[in-house]
Amino acid sequence: MEFSREKRLKGRLAGDRRGDLYPHSLQFYLQPPTENISLAEFENFAIDRLKLLKVVENLGVSYVKGSDEYKSRLEREIRKLKFPYKALVEDDYDARRKDHISHFILRLAYCQSEDLRRWFIQQEMDLFRYRFNALTGDLVEKFLKYVNLSYGAISKEVKEKFAVQLRNSTPGLGGAKVEELEFYKVPLQDAMDLFRVRRVYLLNGFAYVPHTDIVAIVLNNYRTKLSKALALTARSLPAVQSDERLQPLLNHLSHSYVGPDYSIQKNVGKISLEHIDALSVKSFPLCMRQLNKALRDNHHLRHGGRMQYGLFLKGIGLTLEQALQFWKSEFIKGKVDADKFDKGYAYSIRHNYGKEGKRTDYTPFSCMKIILSNPPSQGDYHGCPFRHSDPELLKQKLQSYKIPPTGITQVLELVKGMHYQLACQKYFQLTHDVDDIGFSLNHPNQYFAESQKLLSGGREVKKEPSEPESSQQKLSSQKRTNSCSIPTSSNTEADTELEGLDAYFTED
Amino acid sequence: MAGFEPGSLPDLLPLYYRRLFPHGPYGRWLSYGGVVKNYFQRREFSFTLRDDIYVRYQSFNSPQELEKEMQKMNPYKIDVGAVYSHRPSQCNTVHRGAFQAQEKELVFDIDMTDYDDVRSCCSSAEICSKCWTLMTIAIRVIDRALVEDFGVKHRLWVYSGRRGVHCWVCDDAVRKWSSAMRSATVEYLTLVKGGSETVKKVNLTDPIHPFISNSLSLVEPYFEEYALVGQDILGSNESWEKVVALVPEHILRLLLREFPKKRDSLQRWELLKNKMDKCRPSHAESEIMLQFCFPRLDINVSKGVSHLLKSPFSVHPKTGRVSVPIDLQKLDQFDPFAVPTISRLCSELDTAHEEEEEDGEKENEAEPVPKRRTRDYKKTSLAPYVRVFERFVEEMDKSRKGELLRKSDLQGDF
Repeated sequence: MEFSREKRLKGRLAGDRRGDLYPHSLQFYLQPPTENISLAEFENFAIDRLKLLKVVENLGVSYVKGSDEYKSRLEREIRKLKFPYKALVEDDYDARRKDHISHFILRLAYCQSEDLRRWFIQQEMDLFRYRFNALTGDLVEKFLKYVNLSYGAISKEVKEKFAVQLRNSTPGLGGAKVEELEFYKVPLQDAMDLFRVRRVYLLNGFAYVPHTDIVAIVLNNYRTKLSKALALTARSLPAVQSDERLQPLLNHLSHSYVGPDYSIQKNVGKISLEHIDALSVKSFPLCMRQLNKALRDNHHLRHGGRMQYGLFLKGIGLTLEQALQFWKSEFIKGKVDADKFDKGYAYSIRHNYGKEGKRTDYTPFSCMKIILSNPPSQGDYHGCPFRHSDPELLKQKLQSYKIPPTGITQVLELVKGMHYQLACQKYFQLTHDVDDIGFSLNHPNQYFAESQKLLSGGREVKKEPSEPESSQQKLSSQKRTNSCSIPTSSNTEADTELEGLDAYFTED
Repeated sequence: MAGFEPGSLPDLLPLYYRRLFPHGPYGRWLSYGGVVKNYFQRREFSFTLRDDIYVRYQSFNSPQELEKEMQKMNPYKIDVGAVYSHRPSQCNTVHRGAFQAQEKELVFDIDMTDYDDVRSCCSSAEICSKCWTLMTIAIRVIDRALVEDFGVKHRLWVYSGRRGVHCWVCDDAVRKWSSAMRSATVEYLTLVKGGSETVKKVNLTDPIHPFISNSLSLVEPYFEEYALVGQDILGSNESWEKVVALVPEHILRLLLREFPKKRDSLQRWELLKNKMDKCRPSHAESEIMLQFCFPRLDINVSKGVSHLLKSPFSVHPKTGRVSVPIDLQKLDQFDPFAVPTISRLCSELDTAHEEEEEDGEKENEAEPVPKRRTRDYKKTSLAPYVRVFERFVEEMDKSRKGELLRKSDLQGDF
């Protein structure tokens, strides 16, 4: 990506601006914008797109993606924020321009860490999917040509030869339809998301993709390009960050996506190790309670569990020394002796605290990361219990935790609809005996913080003596419900400038 | 057979790296014909030295230099990593963001520990000839899919030296795969899902994808012998509970009533099959077979381009067994317990040497120590395994030449 303006710019500004710049309402964002733009517009565009992506995220959690409800709500929002919402409208240059520029601004803000990139890509993909599906057949063809994704259809003979295989590898097709449907022979790389879940037939390095699944190919292609572009952008970032007008804004934008990342611990050293078991019952989300129990039972956790639980503990305030003591005292009750612990495990704990290796101070995992990445396998206890348990086992577990039957039914209903975070939220309500928790849950450490606040009467962790930091006062001066997602940006200037943005992101 | 004593490694390793390790074919493998510039030079090697000291990001100018370093350091374990944008040994001299893993073989790691919930003979690091069948099945299933579905040519299957197998997929195109592509492949190849909180780990729905039906037909021939007879999965009250937990509720009760009346696992399985036949469409029968036998891959090893994997012909420091290639032609005969240990190889070498010396004395030759004896492994039981490795390397050379010919033909057309 280039950050310097080019000569071509002149031609564009000269009036022919509606020309070939945006031939389609949709694009892969391959060319960065090259025009001059005011700082105010820069900021407005960025904030609007962030709002849009936030809407995409929330709708995706609350509704089935692609359902009518989802689509109509998303369309309303897109229209409200003045992004291109209907492919058909010819004269929407301004919307297309806004779409283009705002996308590139957010790239700058969201290329900085893996977590940010993951979030950004996810939301942009959902947005793109919605918009692509809204295209009419004619426009789809045009778009495919435009982005160089037209594939050759297979001949009738080939189709007949593999009729059985094609039918069996393409769910949702009646037997008769294979003959009517066009199949394309697509290189593996382009059909990644389809063969990953075995929705296509694979033979000798090619995927045989039915016409109806072409959208997955397009999305796959878009994801690859976007993810590469973000990696490149990250490399060019120092040049942008040296601009003191942009740097605070970009930082702030990236901090706004899911609230704080819980990397800055407010309660360091305020938790004592004896209290962990009691806390795990009262204030840990189910995933962490499960990990704590598995650790106590087996005196061991495999890598995935140590990461998820260890970083959570770090987030609630365990110091490095405490963490080492905590893990060691448990592990040496099992098969690991003190010497082996020091050699094999202590390193990775120090690593989590940024004391080894590349010295990254690792942040606790968010719900999305836990749900989407690294699913548990044999012998693992990590993951999201709502996502990765058999419903029957989950039910038993909830019963043993004395959750009332009606509550369990509600939780299981949400799990069935794949609303894992909402299920966890429900669990919070049931265990804390509140009707409305007043926040949307997206982080295990947020769960803990909210629980502690509630249990100690709407305030910070009780045991804290006094907090001289001015930041604490600032927190309490804001609306009480906000404190879970106030960005922890260190730049006070940007904070005051962007108060409006804060309000927006904390009201959901 | 000479027993292996981990404490003897410091004495044996120098001999192993000097006279037994197949440096020649090994270097040829990782040079990949020298087609891509500095391919070997940009490859990461990692050594594990005594007392678990890891030395990462090592790279070498040539296979000969690597050989010398092995002989100097005598590593307990050698891992092979990715091919980077720059020489790994100089990674500190380039800008941090610029140093990136670019290519690596697609690798699979199948580890017997991951089957602990479905094998009764051993647990964790132990293996026996009974449960080794699981590895045989795993290789058959994965290898078929790699060849037929993914169109892959060059696979090297290797015994890890203790409790599992590794696969190195070395095709030119595959080595360039992104990590997303690698994890998609592993997901395609994965049917058993869920951790300790999941009882039913295989769930099939119609239509059955060709990958699944093809895999099933590879699992089926082993199932009776391995699971019903060997593991006796329906042998006792305790063990069949795990199995019937996977069938629909109403059949479950019926089976629990009938099972005690039957004689053995085989009869009980017959019964289960009969009952399942009557309640189509259910895939419980196949699901059970898959849950108990289907390969379990460690996605994290395959996913990361930069992930290290124990090198073929590295010695396993705990068992002393050499990590040897597996001949797919004779897969069913492969016996992990017959794989030579480093101590056995060294004593074989000694014996051969004594015989030679006797011969030498007869000829009255006074030459002290031969300078280099690269073919020494031929005198030991390592020889057949090196042969398998050489065939693999030759196969790659051949198809590379074919490819070059094809290209030059194309150019010659005009």
